[in-house]
Amino acid sequence: MTVSTRFGPYGGRFVPETLMAALEELDEAYRTIVPSAGFRKEMDYYLQEYAGRETPLTFCRNMSRDLSCRVYLKREDLLHSGAHKLNNALGQALLTRFMGKRRIIAETGAGQHGVAAAIAGAALGLSVEVYMGIEDMERQALNVARMQMLGAKVRPVISGSRTLKDAINEALRDWVANVRDTHYLIGSVVGPHPFPSLVRDFQTVIGREIRRQILEKEARLPDAMVACVGGGSNAIGMFHPFLDDPVILYGAEAGGEGLSGKHGATLCAGRPGVLHGTYTYLIQDAFGQILESHSISAGLDYPGVGPEHSFLHDEGRVIYRPVTDGEAIDSFLYLSRTEGIIPALESAHAVALARTISDDLDTDSILVINLSGRGDKDVAQVAALTGGGS
Amino acid sequence: MTSGSRIAGAFRSGKLPLLVACTVAGDPDFARSVRIARCLAASGADMLELVMPFSDPVADGPVIQDAGARALSAGMNTDRLFTLVRDVRKKTEIPLLIMTYANIVIQRGIPRFYHDAARAGADGVVIADLPAEEAGPFCDAARDAGIDPILFVSPTTSQERLGRILSLATGFIYLVAAMGVTGVREGVAPETLACLRAVKLRTNLPVVPGFGISAPEHIRTYAEAGADGVIVGSAIVRIVGEYAERPAEMEEAARRLVEELTGAPLHMERREADAKS
Repeated sequence: MTVSTRFGPYGGRFVPETLMAALEELDEAYRTIVPSAGFRKEMDYYLQEYAGRETPLTFCRNMSRDLSCRVYLKREDLLHSGAHKLNNALGQALLTRFMGKRRIIAETGAGQHGVAAAIAGAALGLSVEVYMGIEDMERQALNVARMQMLGAKVRPVISGSRTLKDAINEALRDWVANVRDTHYLIGSVVGPHPFPSLVRDFQTVIGREIRRQILEKEARLPDAMVACVGGGSNAIGMFHPFLDDPVILYGAEAGGEGLSGKHGATLCAGRPGVLHGTYTYLIQDAFGQILESHSISAGLDYPGVGPEHSFLHDEGRVIYRPVTDGEAIDSFLYLSRTEGIIPALESAHAVALARTISDDLDTDSILVINLSGRGDKDVAQVAALTGGGS
Repeated sequence: MTSGSRIAGAFRSGKLPLLVACTVAGDPDFARSVRIARCLAASGADMLELVMPFSDPVADGPVIQDAGARALSAGMNTDRLFTLVRDVRKKTEIPLLIMTYANIVIQRGIPRFYHDAARAGADGVVIADLPAEEAGPFCDAARDAGIDPILFVSPTTSQERLGRILSLATGFIYLVAAMGVTGVREGVAPETLACLRAVKLRTNLPVVPGFGISAPEHIRTYAEAGADGVIVGSAIVRIVGEYAERPAEMEEAARRLVEELTGAPLHMERREADAKS
């Protein structure tokens, strides 16, 4: 059986020749090892006993009253490590071990994926090196310290814009040089095939749990669901099990300073091209040079997006909307005060878009927000920007 | 015949291995980049590879990354690339290759890029992040325009994929001589030589290693293993960076390097001839 390398026109494998053998090996592992009973058994153990799945689907009484609809939060913030990234990190680390490789490299923006990779590496006995832009290392110092405590090496990236995009470049360069003994544990549904499908499949546990939980609580599917989209792994993990259902799906992109200024709203304001091995929407100039993105949240500060999101955008199946830095901070504080839950700045984008679209929902409509991560890492930044959050 | 035959003609010249000299288009600026390229050709390079920089060059090491960043900040873009190719072509008849990344070609429109390249006087196009699986539309456009689509083979390439690559490539096979990114290496890996010999058994196309080649002894080793040419990139590109403050000496340094590199295999042949006589 062959798996398509494309989502409509998007995706593919635009990589240096040296990586093709590793991608074919990974594709083979994705098709044979991941569905095997032995792998599934180990994976279930790590997700349940170690990471703490399933995560709650919390009915939010205060927000529901405030927004006049039935609001649920999918609590990926309560997963070990504090974000959904661990689902994929454990999956790929386990796959690395099944493939007989001993070394993992990863890139990170906000540091959440780097921490997840460091945790998974420690738990599964793999050596871990994480590439991180030095600008992000300053913005996310807490996560740098966490990675180091977990035994990972953090490699500062000083090339280009010194953020997530450049960390991926450096990780790809490392992988080209060390491809035989190293697995590149990519953190989102980006990169060459099979990564967008592989990472999605490790994240769809989010959507599958939501389906089971909401049917138990409400005996029907949600009317609308919202997730933030940087690369888009938490969003695709939430959306994918609902693509064939009558559920309105919303993706919140990083609107940054607004679409006329600097932003990371790739689908809302970009056009298709090739970056990091995949054909997808990008923020680029007329000649195809990639432009620097901007977001207050390091995890959404990326000028590309997963190729499956490009496809869902063109198809009109998912509605993508930009959320500005200011709106995200406002919703960061809103959720903290309304529900006593401090969200990651990334997830605060989803909360902000949910507040906007809740206007169109009836009082008995069900709205599910993916709370993809918790906000401890962002507390100092938001406090500095808001004068203590008051 | 198409302009692509200029590459085939160069390999028929009998003076093997050919030296493919690489420089980053627009580094350190447009005018000096044209002069460097012309200087490399005039100094004895057999083919030029002009690198059109991309903001995210994942196949390149620090030397070519830095050169690309210098060129882009000096205003290099795809329009100027073709002007540059035209300016270089005015002064030399050796084959000119354009090396870039897929997105640069896609954003111009794939057929238009190859058409513009051919009209400017280029003979081949190499795309660093384009494996055979994605190369179909690029190779079709190349052929329509009379450009040779140069494809890569690496020591990690399987026999099955090698067949697919050989069915698409014309001009020559670019052999990735070092695992990893572009940049100067100490020696020659035995696996690269084994790969070179294996590819030569499967094709009549010339096979030309690149990545990590910087010294006459590397070239000698590859020539003995049957390489039809060698590509020298970072060793030349770094001269532009090193002599940024002494532009007068830049071309002299580039000329000396090309002479040293082209002289090496000839010396070897002469020594062999001396030994026989």
